[in-house]
Amino acid sequence: MCAVIGCYLRITLAGFHRFSTYRQAVVAGTATNIVFGLIKVGILTAVYVARDGAPIGGYDLTTTITYVWLGQGLLGVVDFWGDDELAERIRSGDVVVDLSRPWNLQAALLCGDLGRAGFGLVARFIPQLALGALFFPFRWPGDPWVVWPAFLISTACAVLVSFHIRFLLHLTSFWLLDSRGVINLYRIVGATLAGLEVPLSYFPDWAQAVLVFTPFPAMLQDPINVFVQVGSLPLTLAHQLLWVALLAAAGRLLLDGAVRKVVVQGG
Amino acid sequence: MADLSVYARLARAQVRGQLSYRGSFAMNILAQALAQASDLAAILIVFGRVASLGGFDFHAVLLLYALSGMSFGLADLSVGSIERLPTYIRTGSFDVVLMRPLATLFQLFVSDFQLRRIGRVITALGTLVYVLSTSDIHWSPAKVLLLVLTPLAGATIFGSIFVAANSVSFWFVDARELANTVTYGGSYLTSYPITVFSGWLRTLLGYIVPGAFVAYYPALTLLDHADPLGAPTWFGWLDAPVTVLTALVAGLLWRTAVRHYRGTGS
Repeated sequence: MCAVIGCYLRITLAGFHRFSTYRQAVVAGTATNIVFGLIKVGILTAVYVARDGAPIGGYDLTTTITYVWLGQGLLGVVDFWGDDELAERIRSGDVVVDLSRPWNLQAALLCGDLGRAGFGLVARFIPQLALGALFFPFRWPGDPWVVWPAFLISTACAVLVSFHIRFLLHLTSFWLLDSRGVINLYRIVGATLAGLEVPLSYFPDWAQAVLVFTPFPAMLQDPINVFVQVGSLPLTLAHQLLWVALLAAAGRLLLDGAVRKVVVQGG
Repeated sequence: MADLSVYARLARAQVRGQLSYRGSFAMNILAQALAQASDLAAILIVFGRVASLGGFDFHAVLLLYALSGMSFGLADLSVGSIERLPTYIRTGSFDVVLMRPLATLFQLFVSDFQLRRIGRVITALGTLVYVLSTSDIHWSPAKVLLLVLTPLAGATIFGSIFVAANSVSFWFVDARELANTVTYGGSYLTSYPITVFSGWLRTLLGYIVPGAFVAYYPALTLLDHADPLGAPTWFGWLDAPVTVLTALVAGLLWRTAVRHYRGTGS
């Protein structure tokens, strides 16, 4: 049992280590996030100027600017876009090697992704948060002993939801062979529906009502709402945990179905 | 001239390959169209909450978005494959590009020509048609010329930005994301009135990278809208000289960068 846990722990550490190797990429990614963040701050500030500062769904100007920097930082943790590795290995057939190893493929990939997210938290999230807090009006949590732990849990859930959606999309390669179209579609729609471009509270009421029934807000808007204390904390976390459970179960079922379908030809 | 037909044949071969996976190709076009539409959605959502932004109403901002989208989409379609440059440099295959008796830049443009990128143009063109049919612009022959010229000039500006920004890959291996700040970032910024942005961001992405000339100034001229920043109305016509200047700078930067290239030693 200990050996098994040790194995997954090492995969997690390897995931952390793998991404910490590319220092230049961290700098480039952070610079990109900052410029996009500044553009967003400009646009959303103009919104409040036009409204004489009237808040929208619990978001005033300070909350919105805090939302921008939290979102830009979480982007490096949650990773909406991911890589094509698993889909490519399924297409080429290399996935058979992964499936024959003495591990649970879903858990192993998840551990690698958690390692990546951990590195993202240190190298991508914290610098963006510091930048936002130093140079812009910033809304710190009013109740730090509750909000910070809740935010960490909420962020972990966001990573889990994001991982499982990507995992499910990649698994479609078993049936579609070329799943790049589906994956690209998700990459584009996913981030917007998660609240990356504009806070979801700005969306028309009908759109907000529909989005509650999707996993998208769980990846970005939910952790941000926990941090800026908009909406009910227990409901937000419940929404996220529900989607983690549903998507993990779906991933398990789909992987089992795919494994039954795989035929290894020759060797 | 003979060179041109080679490029055309290379691009055609790419397209034939892409069309062989019809389902995936359709999905990819849709994805590109939606990528462009997601910026449109943001504008629609924002205007659900305000009547004007930075001194411009909904129709004016839609016109900015459409002109910027057309420009970026056309540039992405024709020269966007230069984004693969970092991979070529890292793997050493840029050596092969240098060996061939064709211009390096144009080889890169057609090396990974992706017809799916037309999806962006489709969304922007649709928006442009809608804006022009619903807003009352006082048309004159000069304005029609400006309307035709603007996406072409804008595409050249964005194309130059693509080339200039990716030239940095010759010095930094991981420059692709940095290039995104001025390419995609530029596309994002030029969809909104430049008055919305302030400080060095406005200077950097509006004037040094001449994003303000992609859509903002031409749109002001088309709409007979006075510039809140005080520029005269003929500023929209500065498009053409700015375009030539940008292309020259990008070309020079590219030449310097290629001369600097030493290979990966493979």
